[in-house]
Amino acid sequence: MSSATALSWFARHELRLAWREWLAMMTGGRKRRRAAVIGLILFAALLHVPAWAVIGRFADLQLPLDKSSLIVITTTIVLAWTLMLSQAIESVTRVFYARADLDLIMSSPATLTNLFSVRIAAIALAITVMALLFSTPFIDVLVFGGGVRWLTAFGVVIAMGLSAAAIAIAVTILLFRLIGPARTRFVAQILAAIIGAGFVIALQIAAIMNYGTLSRFTILTSDASAAYAPDVDSILWWPARATMGDSAALLSLLALGLVLLGSVMALFSGRFADTAIDAAGYGTAGRRRATERPFRAGSRQQALRRKEFLLLWRDPWLISQTLMQLLYLVPPALLLWRSFSDSSAALTLIAPVMVMAAGQLAGGLAWLTISGEDAPDLVATAPLSPARVIRAKIEVVLIAIAVIFTPLVAALAFASLFQAAITAGAIIVGAASATAIQLWFRVQARRSQFRRRQTSSRLATFAEAFSSIGWAATAALLLALPIAGLVSGLITAGLVAITWKFSPRRE
Amino acid sequence: MKPDNSALEVRGLTKRFDRLAVDSLDLTIHAGEFYALVGPNGAGKTTTLRMVAGLLRPDAGAVSIFGIDALASPVAAKQVMAWVSDEPMIYDKLTPLEYLEFVAGLWGIAPSVSEPVAQELLSSLGLDAHRHERCEGFSKGMRQKVALAGALVHDPRLIILDEPLTGLDAVSARHVKGLLSERVRAGCTVIMTTHILEVAERMADRIGVIASGRLVAEGTLADLRRQNGHADTSLEELFIALVTLQAAA
Repeated sequence: MSSATALSWFARHELRLAWREWLAMMTGGRKRRRAAVIGLILFAALLHVPAWAVIGRFADLQLPLDKSSLIVITTTIVLAWTLMLSQAIESVTRVFYARADLDLIMSSPATLTNLFSVRIAAIALAITVMALLFSTPFIDVLVFGGGVRWLTAFGVVIAMGLSAAAIAIAVTILLFRLIGPARTRFVAQILAAIIGAGFVIALQIAAIMNYGTLSRFTILTSDASAAYAPDVDSILWWPARATMGDSAALLSLLALGLVLLGSVMALFSGRFADTAIDAAGYGTAGRRRATERPFRAGSRQQALRRKEFLLLWRDPWLISQTLMQLLYLVPPALLLWRSFSDSSAALTLIAPVMVMAAGQLAGGLAWLTISGEDAPDLVATAPLSPARVIRAKIEVVLIAIAVIFTPLVAALAFASLFQAAITAGAIIVGAASATAIQLWFRVQARRSQFRRRQTSSRLATFAEAFSSIGWAATAALLLALPIAGLVSGLITAGLVAITWKFSPRRE
Repeated sequence: MKPDNSALEVRGLTKRFDRLAVDSLDLTIHAGEFYALVGPNGAGKTTTLRMVAGLLRPDAGAVSIFGIDALASPVAAKQVMAWVSDEPMIYDKLTPLEYLEFVAGLWGIAPSVSEPVAQELLSSLGLDAHRHERCEGFSKGMRQKVALAGALVHDPRLIILDEPLTGLDAVSARHVKGLLSERVRAGCTVIMTTHILEVAERMADRIGVIASGRLVAEGTLADLRRQNGHADTSLEELFIALVTLQAAA
């Protein structure tokens, strides 16, 4: 087989694997794939409605734009790019640590540099396709409302995907070289979380400190921003101009993206193999040690709870996730601090953020403790009834949520007791609902499968998300419009009840 | 001479998946006995042992462990037994010592009793130097030894092992076999499935041959030879003869 034929064969192999993995992720690996695909298409069509609401009014924008519009559009593009970069770092780390076919590839007589170049291209392609999927409803809305000139926005998304993948690969390989495989996994997760949330949060913090509002648009459209921004013909505005139909700017961005990816392929495809070997060897050297301490006494449930707490404490996903949730709490907390003296409506904003964070965190924790049991046979053969095992695991989730959110609710109580009481109640109900949904839809899995937990049940995933949103909305409405809050609470409770009805009920 | 009280009594045990996996199986294992269950792939060995361990609910039949009805009182039955599967299931983020502390806690063993036992087990299994390292980097053999230590730390009266020697190197396998023999000498009952017939031949007091969910032969090696009229043959030859006969039937 010639080198070119071998490369195209490997590229086809990579594409087939990526396609099947994506399909399995979207359909949950079910046999009723056709129904799942139709459902996905319907869902994508439905996404055009919120996209219209968010972006429809901007469809008539024309070049040349004033500085404020350029700042808003460019910032939105940068925000999307940071999210893509965050996802890309996660994807690249996953490729390194999931050994899968690395042993086979590296033991084959094929030229590894070529094969890993294809793999890097496949990573870039996967990230770009995912970005295109998410951006399509928004771009469609702009095209329908403002004309075909907006089609160039697809090109901008492709350039963003290519550059995000290139930078993610470079960053991850550099991290491997600098801090080694053991720390890279953890640091990359934290980095991805900070990059994903950091930009928005930084903008919000700037808006709060300067204007006392959470809206980042306030700072973006301010005179101060316009004064500091470069002239309208600056290279900085290329992404905004390319999005609005400037083909020269678009071609430049695409060329930049391709050059970046090509450089990364040329520089790093040779090191990709070494990095993969290091990652595969992670654990065989430099193992992490625990300190010596005597065995602790206690009941069987206490032993179970202690084990769960220890595993949660040592879970890098959980630490990055908790950090991200806490990062999202920084802007409203800052707003609370600034508005403390007059206890204004700003206080109302912090309740839904906390309730939402608690619900999301409880759902993840519940999956890890209830479904993500790495030694199911051991627990099942222990002299403990299944009901007591489940109860101990639920207690762990609720205790963890209480430990994280009690100080925040206590701080809130200093500003308003009523607000703190409503927030605490909604946190309890939101966390309990998310935990219950995970309990009703529990499927035995390994903890390492956490990222793919959504594929086991789409219904559970959506129910968990809607329940968190519902209880967050209920808390906000109870503080602002109590009657509407009651209605929202009843609707959310109904949603949770319907989820239970459709769940595979357990004995 | 083994005492005649039974450690395990199985009567009419039946399990059907898409086909009949275990077919009205009767089995009696005496206390203090080392019993090896052998059979071809898919014969029903693991399904039988999983039902005994309470990991799978039988469609029909009864399981009694030291006189305790394991289906009616599963918690009491589990208190006196331990299960080790062929795929060692341990926690990557725990150290061997933390794992053993957890297992001892689940079985309600006082730390004053379990801690020295855990330390001794790790030493005897050659894991002394790794007792404070997280299991995430352990080889399959090391993981299997940690799982075995977990099964022994609460001093069970009945140990059920499903292919415990799979993936172990010669030294580790010898450690495990030595530990199991020691337990049997101390009065513990061991039931083990294995594909390594030499191990069954050397270690087991009695051997059960299972095929198509049925016990087709049982006894000491001498009994099996006598029953099948093959004097001086190895267990491997006997096994092939029995399984071929069952397949033809």
